[in-house]
Amino acid sequence: MTSATHFRYEIVRTFRNRTFYAVTVALPLVLFYAVASGQRSATFDGVRFPLYFMTAMAVYGAMFAADSPGARIARDRSGGWTRQLRITPLRARTDIAAKVLTAYLIALPSVVLVFLAGASLGVRLNASQWLEIGGLLLVGLTPFIALGIVLGYLVRADALTPVIGGVVVLFALVGGVYGFQLAHSGPLFDVMKAVPSYWLVQAGKTALGGGSWPAQGWIVIAAWTAVLVAAAALAYRRSAARG
Amino acid sequence: MRHYTAGRRQGTLVAMVHHNAQAGGIVLSRLSKSYGQVRAVRSIDLAIAAGETVALLGPNGAGKTTTIDMMLGLTRPDAGTVSVFGRTPAAAVRAGWVGGMLQTGSLLEHLKVRELVSLMASYYPHPLDVADVLRLTGADEFADQLTTKLSGGQAQRVRFAAALVGDPDLLVLDEPTAGIDVAGRREFWQAMRAVAGRGKTVLFATHYLEEADAYADRIVLIARGRIIADGPATEIKARAGARMIRATLPGGDPAVLGALPGVVSADRHGDAVLLSCSDADTALRALLGSFPAARDIEVRGGSLEEAFLELTADDETASPVTADAAAGAIAGGEAR
Repeated sequence: MTSATHFRYEIVRTFRNRTFYAVTVALPLVLFYAVASGQRSATFDGVRFPLYFMTAMAVYGAMFAADSPGARIARDRSGGWTRQLRITPLRARTDIAAKVLTAYLIALPSVVLVFLAGASLGVRLNASQWLEIGGLLLVGLTPFIALGIVLGYLVRADALTPVIGGVVVLFALVGGVYGFQLAHSGPLFDVMKAVPSYWLVQAGKTALGGGSWPAQGWIVIAAWTAVLVAAAALAYRRSAARG
Repeated sequence: MRHYTAGRRQGTLVAMVHHNAQAGGIVLSRLSKSYGQVRAVRSIDLAIAAGETVALLGPNGAGKTTTIDMMLGLTRPDAGTVSVFGRTPAAAVRAGWVGGMLQTGSLLEHLKVRELVSLMASYYPHPLDVADVLRLTGADEFADQLTTKLSGGQAQRVRFAAALVGDPDLLVLDEPTAGIDVAGRREFWQAMRAVAGRGKTVLFATHYLEEADAYADRIVLIARGRIIADGPATEIKARAGARMIRATLPGGDPAVLGALPGVVSADRHGDAVLLSCSDADTALRALLGSFPAARDIEVRGGSLEEAFLELTADDETASPVTADAAAGAIAGGEAR
């Protein structure tokens, strides 16, 4: 009895879902080139626009990837596969762990491709800076994965796609993913700084400066992660108990 | 697939019982479950010995699936206990002693049949050889197809393979032949028989008496959340296979007719009377002796719905609505 096979097939299943995978990878790339190629020398939010928008699009793709565990949980639930799994020795938490790991694996190539696209439009960073942006993105992805799992347990499969889409768009909008910011000061700016997507988008600028997120960034990411992971655990237990 | 290598081949189809966990069998005691006002299962007591093949026979809504769900640990009972080979259902499931085909359930998407069965095998401590199981269930013919491209009958065979491949000691099948054609059913039960003959404990739910009779050692008849008959298949079949006498007899009094020797119950529909008999020969002689005016006499094997009504008539709380539903479900089985 091993969970390695389960992990392997979870990954196989994801990559065979070509439409999902293609959209997750292609959409950020297309948007990046469409918007950034005309503004190669522009400056935005204190950095060159291509760097800002490259990070933003990497976040965008990663947020879609982060939703995939939730989407699959909802489908497995509605299809009755969750019940089938529950009468095998496989632990449900192994199943969730496999789905989470898969989300990171989907996010990674998407992020790398957007980075390559950024380099092609003149973004120049040294190796440690690239690694730092990538690392911050993967860390900051965690609350979104947990959010996907919460929704996967709470929302019916046929309603999940619009719900997740809407949530991603909202976080993207508030976080500045679309290449503009809702505010630069005042209460709305305070709201922006309280969502994790804002800090994800800031990862480019952070890495360029050679530092890490300020304490506020880490606190926001940690708080959202703690709350959403707890909510995901609760949703999972509730679903298991309902039977 | 890695599973096929000799080193991993721990179970074979000939040596299926690999531990002595089977001691104790399956015991349900005073098991009850309600959903709101609906009392789906009402204080069921049932003991199944290891190695038995038992059919849970009853109409839709009888409580079969709820009983099975509690036996598998999918639903928590309101009252009562379940013991699976001496453990709780959850512990038995974790130990890999249980395999099941649930009624609902699409197969996992984006996997080929062989991969899905291999995946199920990987969850169990002593799985059977995947290729053997695919062959046994006839799923080898389409082993390289994606699970989403299968017909209903093919999907059912894959489900069966998935339930079997872990080599569980208890196999629970909830209406395993629902939605497959007659030929598919026959093939399914042939494969099933090959498995049951090897010391497994098998419980299957069905609303077809023929299936229960042909493939179970023992039939447990369930209606409205209660067990109404439990015995060897032959015995239940005999009880359920009563003969009927139909005659034209204007003014025939069901109370008097019902009291004739050999008659279990009597009904009147206009000028026609319908006698359900435990001994049709005796009943016919008595009918002609007492009512020489009876004509257009017909003797025939009782239909299953009539037999079912008779068996459920002992349940004083049975409402006509449920009895009709029961008759409908059973009739559906017979009409096949």
